[in-house]
Amino acid sequence: MYRKLVGLTAAAAMAANVMGTAAFAADTIKIGDINSYKRLPGHTIPYKNGAVLAIETINAAGGVMGKQLELVSRDDQGKPGEAIKIAEELFTSDEVVMISGSLFSHVGLALASYAGQKKRLYLAAEPLADALVWGKGNRYTFRLRPSTHMQASMLAEIAAENPAKRWATIAPNYAYGKDAVAAFKKALMAKRPDVEFVTEQWPGLFKIDAGAEIQALEASKPDAVYNVTFGGDLAKFVREGELRGLFKDRLILGLLTGEPEYLDPLKDEAPEGWVVTGYPWYDIAEPAHKAFVADYQKRWDDYPRIGSLVGYNTMLSIAAAIEKAGSTETEALVDAMKGLTLDTPSGEITYRAIDHQSTMGAWVGTTTVKDGKGKMIDWAYKKGANYLPSDAEVKKLRPATD
Amino acid sequence: MDFFVVQILTGLSNAAALFLVASGLSIIFGVTRVVNFSHGSFYMLGAFIGYSLMTVLPGFIGFWASILLAGVAVGVIGLIVEMGVLRPIYKSPELFQLVATFGVILVIQDLTLLIWGPDDLIGKRSPGFEGVVKIGDQLLPSYDLVLIFLSFLVLGGLWFLFNKTRVGILVRAATQDREMVGALGVNQSWLFSGVFFLGSALAGIGGAAQLPKGGADLLMDFNILAPVFVVVVIGGMGSIPGAFVAALIISELNVFGVQLLPQSTLVLMFVVMAVVLIFRPWGLFGRPETLGSHGSQGPPEAPLRAFSGRLWLALAAAAIALTAVPLFGGTFLQVLLADVIIACLFATSLHFILGLGGLVSFGHAATFGGGAYAAALLVQYAEAPMEMAMLFAPLAAGLLALVIGWFCVRLSGVYFAMLTLAFAQVVWSVAFQWGDVTGGDDGILGIWPSAWASGTTAYYYLVLTLGLGGIATLLFMAYTPFGYALRGGRDSALRSEAIGINVRLVQWSAFIFAGFMSGLAGALFVFAKGSIFPTELEIARSFDALIIVFLGGVQSLFGPLAGGVVFTLLQDWLSRFEYWRLFLGLMIIGIVILLPNGLVGVGQWVRNRLGAAPGKPEEEAA
Repeated sequence: MYRKLVGLTAAAAMAANVMGTAAFAADTIKIGDINSYKRLPGHTIPYKNGAVLAIETINAAGGVMGKQLELVSRDDQGKPGEAIKIAEELFTSDEVVMISGSLFSHVGLALASYAGQKKRLYLAAEPLADALVWGKGNRYTFRLRPSTHMQASMLAEIAAENPAKRWATIAPNYAYGKDAVAAFKKALMAKRPDVEFVTEQWPGLFKIDAGAEIQALEASKPDAVYNVTFGGDLAKFVREGELRGLFKDRLILGLLTGEPEYLDPLKDEAPEGWVVTGYPWYDIAEPAHKAFVADYQKRWDDYPRIGSLVGYNTMLSIAAAIEKAGSTETEALVDAMKGLTLDTPSGEITYRAIDHQSTMGAWVGTTTVKDGKGKMIDWAYKKGANYLPSDAEVKKLRPATD
Repeated sequence: MDFFVVQILTGLSNAAALFLVASGLSIIFGVTRVVNFSHGSFYMLGAFIGYSLMTVLPGFIGFWASILLAGVAVGVIGLIVEMGVLRPIYKSPELFQLVATFGVILVIQDLTLLIWGPDDLIGKRSPGFEGVVKIGDQLLPSYDLVLIFLSFLVLGGLWFLFNKTRVGILVRAATQDREMVGALGVNQSWLFSGVFFLGSALAGIGGAAQLPKGGADLLMDFNILAPVFVVVVIGGMGSIPGAFVAALIISELNVFGVQLLPQSTLVLMFVVMAVVLIFRPWGLFGRPETLGSHGSQGPPEAPLRAFSGRLWLALAAAAIALTAVPLFGGTFLQVLLADVIIACLFATSLHFILGLGGLVSFGHAATFGGGAYAAALLVQYAEAPMEMAMLFAPLAAGLLALVIGWFCVRLSGVYFAMLTLAFAQVVWSVAFQWGDVTGGDDGILGIWPSAWASGTTAYYYLVLTLGLGGIATLLFMAYTPFGYALRGGRDSALRSEAIGINVRLVQWSAFIFAGFMSGLAGALFVFAKGSIFPTELEIARSFDALIIVFLGGVQSLFGPLAGGVVFTLLQDWLSRFEYWRLFLGLMIIGIVILLPNGLVGVGQWVRNRLGAAPGKPEEEAA
């Protein structure tokens, strides 16, 4: 009868759980990893590769506190509710000591809320939402990647030095896009009260009607355009904008546009002369970073994306926190994470005790096309610490006291 | 002036791409009555296959040959799907096929990822049309004009096919009366296959032809799905000129919407669809559906049986087993079972209108998410305790259903389904867009249970009590005079009216009651997860409930329970594997083909075979 089938499936599922718990001896430390591996594989798979590489490197060097690290990766389907369920399973069935990951801001925020409620540690790797560490921050949530506010401020700094007065913005119509535009406007207006925002365009995420958007932007006759679109939207925006002459003789800023995830699919049609935040992995000369790139290429036969670096740094941070705490107890780990300083391929970073944001920075440069590929030139690494608000302001932004 | 000309032409070229895909869907629906969710996947395949072909076939001829070949290839894939997956289940209950096409979506998603990898691919430009045309001081990509030309070519070609050829006339005849065409000696299965080939090929051509405007990525399938369904419904299902006009309306509105109201683009097409359906319930060029189309395939549904003694015993045993779970099961088992119960309550509430009322809602997430949001907002702004929020949520969801239902119950069949979908999208966009109140897609956080219920076990018992209570009430209602009236209206609206039942009023009440219960499920969900986001109002959430109901078996009261248990557990279990969508898709297709009446079909099959007493559904004890 069908109930047998039902029973069998359930039994199999439970058996898998039981075996999962029993099979591992106590001399490994398990870390739970949740990300949208199916929803945006182009971004999350490099992240996972970077994380796995870091774990392997750490384990080869003897692990942490004499124990091997083990990463338990799960797909959240891009759904916050699913992520919460998996987090619960990772903690209670797999007995992980903490969780990390997520790319979508809403999934990150849901996990942060869960972490705060259940008093379990969550290191948000990739989500950019400012609220994660400020408005909705809590004791148990930390974030690695430079936030929307930080990256937008880096571009606003460039914008302020430019004579352009009439600005237009285009950003996907969801929280990240809105935050990115608001942060940019605020930072630019603070330095240049004389600028004017002549139009704001809000295409649906991954549903851009590029021709119409370009027409609308063109109609407002801006001096400069601030672009937040990415992925498939960016490709359409660039191609259509190039054709319709939107980028001619204008300063174009692109948030994240220089990240290989977004720039590389454009190939020889990558925009030229845009000022962008991104990741010029091919030109970074620091020995630590060179070694990271070499290891990564050896292990995965592929070049690193920004997600790879974030994944790698996430696992380094976790290992450093466990080492510093000398324990895998949540409260000890949280205390260790506060003010934790470590060396990464992208330089030294600190998890600020005041708001749990890491000081990992970003690279700002100009795009060009070389050998049929989009590249960043004339870039500089901007330290994250310089683009975070003052302590007094952070205290106002972050209600959580811990 | 030039500006407007260019705007209009831009809209026309968008309309062209949309029309190619939508016309295929419309033809398929018109003839086979299959609501083909996998049509978006065919579009995506067309883009990927076209991309690969263009890298090997050079030049002008190579470009157009690639588009044509991509169409043929996708047509063949469509044919395989039709013959392998759909043909065995044409005799199943109406709309059952959509579950199978959902399985096809999952399979195609993972296979595409496997073959082409995760990176977005940017399309090649069309040789000879790389540049722009100058109109006054405005620039228009010349490929836009090519697309416009292509759409007229296809429109003309389809007109010729359907009006001037024998095959086309047969297809048109089949859209109007399938059985009569069959009776006249036309081999229906070949007609169906041919139509599926043509429809899928058009989707493939649409996908390949848009490459110079964008590219190929893994989100294309779902992204195109909503717009093409909207176009097909506004135009009237099965009408090619309708699809053309609707594509034009939607695209032009969008282009000017971007200009005047940049934030409106998310919801504009759904508002248009809702307005059109309210004033023209069968779309602009559509025809009223034939009466009593529900269940016209296959034998009529058997009446519900009263619960037997053994069934009562089994249910009691299941309830006791569930109550005992915290004694032997771990924390995660309780969390998982709470999810299962919430899914079952959500699906059972949909089954109440879908199975008993014959009202197939594609927008059931509106009340689920609506209830969840109502609870979350009350906690957020009135600092209400959990208990009050849980009481308020179903009432708010019921109120929402009252409004939505008032518009929807005048419609039937697929048009009813699409109007509910439109309203659900409007609700979604309110939650998404009204950031100051709802937090936009950053959602509402920190909605946790009261202290007494905050432990995993305590909350599990709360879900168990309210969830099973809700399910039991829904089942009980099926046996009340109200439930009988609802089923009467489903089986024969005319006869029900004749004996004095106000069918519309009964359906409307059922819609509200189902919304109430779905809102309760939403409230249980939000306190289990601690946060709520617009994702819970998305089309995908409505589909979850549909899949569960159909997978479980639409003709049995216990169908949604069986479906809820199996679907939730399968998903939880399979998601551990890298290519879990492939497995889940194949399993759904397998279940659908082997058990054309859903999972409960196994019980019925055994019962008929052995002539034994009704099997006791034990699914809750899983």
